[in-house]
Amino acid sequence: MHHNIRPHTTPRNGRRLVAAAVTSAAMVVALGACSSGGSSGGADSRGDITIWYSNNENEVLWGKQMVEAWNADHPDEQVKAQEIPAGKSSEEVIGAAITAGNAPCLVFNTAPVAVPQFQKQGGLVDLSSFEDGDAYIEERTGDLADQYQSDDGKFYQMPWKSNPVMLFYNKDLFAAAGLDPENPALGTYEEFTATARTLVSSGAAEYAIYPSPTSQFFQSWFDFYPTYAAETDGSLLIEDGESTFNSDEGVAVGEFWKTLYAEGLAGKEQYQGDSFADGKAAMSSAGPWAVSVYKDAVNWGAVTFPTSAGTPAEEAYTFSDAKNVGMFTACENQATAWDVLKFATSEEQDGQLLELTGQMPLRADLTSAYPEYFAANPAYEQFGDQASRTVEVPQVANSVAAWQAFRDAWTKHVITGEGDVADAFDAAADKVNELIAQP
Amino acid sequence: MLSAPYLVFVLLVFAYPLVFAFYMSFHDYFFAAPGAVVDRPFVGLANFQEVLSDPAIIRSFGNVGIFLLINVPLTVVLSLVLATALNKVVHARTFLRVAFYVPYVTASVAVVGVWIFLFSGNGLVNQILGPLAPDPAWLINEQWAMPTIAIFVTWKGMGFFILLYLAALQNVSEELYEAAATDGAGKIRMFFSITVPGVRPATVLVLLLATVTGANLFTEPYLLTGGGGPNGASSSPVLLMYQRGIEQGAPDIAAAIGVILVIGVLILAFIQRKLAGGDES
Repeated sequence: MHHNIRPHTTPRNGRRLVAAAVTSAAMVVALGACSSGGSSGGADSRGDITIWYSNNENEVLWGKQMVEAWNADHPDEQVKAQEIPAGKSSEEVIGAAITAGNAPCLVFNTAPVAVPQFQKQGGLVDLSSFEDGDAYIEERTGDLADQYQSDDGKFYQMPWKSNPVMLFYNKDLFAAAGLDPENPALGTYEEFTATARTLVSSGAAEYAIYPSPTSQFFQSWFDFYPTYAAETDGSLLIEDGESTFNSDEGVAVGEFWKTLYAEGLAGKEQYQGDSFADGKAAMSSAGPWAVSVYKDAVNWGAVTFPTSAGTPAEEAYTFSDAKNVGMFTACENQATAWDVLKFATSEEQDGQLLELTGQMPLRADLTSAYPEYFAANPAYEQFGDQASRTVEVPQVANSVAAWQAFRDAWTKHVITGEGDVADAFDAAADKVNELIAQP
Repeated sequence: MLSAPYLVFVLLVFAYPLVFAFYMSFHDYFFAAPGAVVDRPFVGLANFQEVLSDPAIIRSFGNVGIFLLINVPLTVVLSLVLATALNKVVHARTFLRVAFYVPYVTASVAVVGVWIFLFSGNGLVNQILGPLAPDPAWLINEQWAMPTIAIFVTWKGMGFFILLYLAALQNVSEELYEAAATDGAGKIRMFFSITVPGVRPATVLVLLLATVTGANLFTEPYLLTGGGGPNGASSSPVLLMYQRGIEQGAPDIAAAIGVILVIGVLILAFIQRKLAGGDES
């Protein structure tokens, strides 16, 4: 009934197998040779270049007009632009392009967290190596530029735009809970927790706030990190090669969120959709990109994150959620790429970015540079002001692994609520210190 | 000569990456731009040492073990029983076959959304269970997350395995059933004495495929439990390979995990073949 399909190894087959093994070994050698060749383009070369930008609708609009404006004046140095190819994340696609040697000249969507890794891969051009590199970056970005320097003191990214994260709240749900929708009591942890309890116990909302409770490394940027930035007046997760988050302030932030989870005021399950737009949660942490998204969906207001003592809005720090521009070593015409980068981050193009996307150019004089814009769009004004007080993810080796180690501690000890927050943060800090010390 | 294109395909898509993964697992390897001067020294077993001393990675192997213990037997038993039943169905035959096959061909991303909805704290499943519902809910419960994923994958992949068994059942001679009936054998007796031995080669195949695809579990912990949650209770070796190799830039560690996984699956497959189909030839 059954046929024997097991292959036999005859002498002839044996020879074939040997031949196959030899071919395979030869291919390994050949492919290995490919990866050690290649060229790294020229810092003084000029000519056509390719750039990538985000696939977000508004940023595409900005990108197209920027490229059009550049191309009109530079017939010999044309820019070809496209959206970042689809993938699980932009970082994954860019990382693959670096390895393959076909990264574009500029990517207008380079995540600061990925920069140390791209740098280690030999994928990024050191912008400080351009004659006016440091001067241009520092002049445009101001004091915030320091946060974007790599550990060798050089810039491998152009600080471009931030989305300072603030607390959005739903005025209608606050009113329904009998709370003051214009001056919500959210300044201190105590006030925030009391407000959250009222929101939930009154039935106005199922949850007070609902940041994604999942385990991905970047999720802490929208719960812990903005709260920690506010509590510490602008401490980074890691400073001078050491974790800072196991300080008293860090633990206080952990305890604050742990209470919210323990009392069911924050959602522990992955939510499909936008909990804030759906009215499932009365508050949300998001940047100015959300202004246009919630415009018609929610009657919203925005405040800074709470702190233990209550920090005035004009002094409060938050997480930047910035996206920057990287120049990649595969670029042949790096002199042109540098000029395009300066053009794209000029006062005029930054104004266009603000106008078209509502995201904040990382520019020292933001609110005073575009007074008409902020006067005409008051909803963005507080974000413009907040943009001057932001913290970035630390530019350290193994930064993604460090954030993952922190997130694992956060989900287990804060969201699930197991054990002691201080002990858990100490253990996580040791692990993070070990990770960032590795090359 | 005719096998040349296939041989090239196997070498390029299978043999080369496998050999390269072995190479990476013994080096301090990371991806770099062509032309970049990088140092990737031979590190012996250091990567394996790191993998085997990382509790999160050990746990992921344990998790996938739990997954296989639930998923593989359930897949074999249910798909054989359902295939046998479907083989006898006269009415709505096509409809039923398609109904079982649809989850298999539907994108995981779409189906995962429905399951999150069904198994959430106040989802349909918990509403039916009432006071018996677990707390915390299934997908954020350390005890239930992996079994829920195992059941999801069983359900989703069932259509394919039913199809394999349906094909195998066509080779089991009707005369055997008739002869058994004449001798007074009941339906259950016939199932165990004729059907089960009759489809044994298919069972070996189903076991092997379910084990191999199960050991490569990625999409469900990535999407259904949001990155292997809660607290790593549903993380799998392949999910960690993605995190370490792609997200965190440590493909050497990822390769070491992969090599251990390949060896583990080969051992499992060998044992299964010995137990379930060792004397088939």
